[in-house]
Amino acid sequence: MGKTLFDKIWDSHVVVSKAGFPDAVYINTHFIHEVTSPQAFDGLRKRGIPVFRTAKTRATADHNVPTIDQHLPIKEALSRKQVEMLTTNTKEFGVELYGLGHPYQGIVHVIGPELGITLPGMTIVCGDSHTSTHGAFGAIAFGIGTSEVEQVLATQCILQYRPKRMKIEVNGKLKKGVVSKDIILYIISKISASGATGYFVEYAGEAIRSLSMEARMTICNMSIEMGARGGLIAPDETTFEYIKGREFAPKGAEWDKALAYWKTLYTDADATFDEVLTFDAADIEPMITYGTNPGMGIGVTQHIPTLESMEEKEKPSFKKSLDYMGLEPGAGLLGKKVDYVFIGSCTNSRIEDLRMVADFVKGKKKADDVVVWIVPGSKQVEAQAKKEGIDKIFEAAGFSLRQPGCSACLGMNEDKVPAGMYCISTSNRNFEGRQGPNARTFLASPLSAAAAAITGKVTDVRELV
Amino acid sequence: MSKTFQHLVSTAVPIAIENIDTDQIIPARFLKATTRDGFGENLFRDWRYESNNEPKKDFVLNNPIYKGEILVAGKNFGCGSSREHAAWAIGDYGFKVVISSFFADIFKNNALNNFILPIQVTDEFLDKIFSAIEKDPAAKLEVDLEKQTLKIAATGEEARFDINPYKKTCLINGYDDIDYLLSLRKEIESYEASREFNF
Repeated sequence: MGKTLFDKIWDSHVVVSKAGFPDAVYINTHFIHEVTSPQAFDGLRKRGIPVFRTAKTRATADHNVPTIDQHLPIKEALSRKQVEMLTTNTKEFGVELYGLGHPYQGIVHVIGPELGITLPGMTIVCGDSHTSTHGAFGAIAFGIGTSEVEQVLATQCILQYRPKRMKIEVNGKLKKGVVSKDIILYIISKISASGATGYFVEYAGEAIRSLSMEARMTICNMSIEMGARGGLIAPDETTFEYIKGREFAPKGAEWDKALAYWKTLYTDADATFDEVLTFDAADIEPMITYGTNPGMGIGVTQHIPTLESMEEKEKPSFKKSLDYMGLEPGAGLLGKKVDYVFIGSCTNSRIEDLRMVADFVKGKKKADDVVVWIVPGSKQVEAQAKKEGIDKIFEAAGFSLRQPGCSACLGMNEDKVPAGMYCISTSNRNFEGRQGPNARTFLASPLSAAAAAITGKVTDVRELV
Repeated sequence: MSKTFQHLVSTAVPIAIENIDTDQIIPARFLKATTRDGFGENLFRDWRYESNNEPKKDFVLNNPIYKGEILVAGKNFGCGSSREHAAWAIGDYGFKVVISSFFADIFKNNALNNFILPIQVTDEFLDKIFSAIEKDPAAKLEVDLEKQTLKIAATGEEARFDINPYKKTCLINGYDDIDYLLSLRKEIESYEASREFNF
């Protein structure tokens, strides 16, 4: 009986498996950031124990950081304190920090892959639910809480029950104007925000296979938005090509040995999954969300469901959601005025996302009354964008290219969408208040967001490409 | 926050909304504290208070007839962000049990790691709890972790709930995961020695 990719990796990381206990699973890479780590370091201090394997933990400051004037002290006192505490904690415990001003600083899920820290076959955790992003490399990567951050700092292991396995296959080819973000928004809209809870997902099929690494990261990133513990994609030539030569990737003879091992990382033909879902890429159109969880999405030309189509029990939550959004059941979204456009977050802030937006907006101007924030995922993405002249294209279009961080995805810094305003956002969550108190979020792809920036309203990007 | 959990009889606070995400439980702008205390103040902040900090009268936490150490919520409770601050806020406010017909995975782990018991019941039993509270806000629920049962005192209706045996032992005895993992040091080191690569 063959094994799934997930089981191959899990099994090779089980340190102790005892009946009645969760498995003690070894963690290869632990990413930490300023928001979910202070209490964990405090826990170590109280127990009087060190970080067990300092070289396997990497830190960066991303959630709280301003995205302009990063060379100045952080104005907001509490944010500043958290970022400073990360500096003192990492220094005291001997953990490497890519803090503000460091050329490697950026959103934790952007820097891991681009530095070659994220590798196939790894187990990776971070106190952030979008850790699932790293699964794009054929790694088991998932978000954890702060008590678990403390466990991993203390022992390089985590206690976990093996989740169930789900395969999501997307066959066929994507249509023009449809990108990886649309695939994942489509899947979540079909199976709901809790449709994969309890599962670890493997994405497969021609439409997934044909994606670049960065596009695959967008898919895996949003696995958590359907409740999955994480999502992964078997590594292939696209993966190896991406990793080769990156800062911390294996080199020389080490590379050859690693590559030989990575080539064994796939789901065996006779392996079985607890659940298999199949979709056709040709059915997917540019997607947009209308509600307050990522499962509330529709094709951009479709209409919001009617109240009558809901089950009785779902009605109060559905109504609450639409009231918050200021939208009517049954309405379409095309032409709806947009006030803000946010292109950024661990979902869509990589160089390919910026290139996609730049290609589209080149020679165009943003609509007058729209504010457009473009927030690169890392210092390296920012530098690359400048090297390619992408910043100039944005400037000419009236966009502002800011500095790296999580920014308006969750509005922990100053980048908040004002109350009542509509923001079309390439981030991952449209929860109430996510982008600022009473802010209203439409989740969409970078391409759809760019189209809205130009027209000032929700637009079918296919008409413009 | 109590460091053990065995048995609880309490009235309950009902929030019959589905997909309550951790951004509602504790909005991101309140995640800036560097200790685990004080998050209860901002539990459900934007549902509980107007932007001028006036309490919203129609929100259940501001309605004095509903109180107790049990929170009852619609399905897929705790979805979204992995922030353990959500569990800290719930615990700090004074809840020891959260009942729903479905929990997001990370929230469930975070709750258990903070000695808050997440109890998953069927949709039907959840409805029964909501109606019992609707009928009488003073309706009591009885939780017995040892027997893994949840009873609606007024009607005597009872549901059995699942919890993994390891976590059950931890809750009853006040053990935490780190104590156990630290005891595996030898095994961890020999695992490391057996691996050629760090992947």
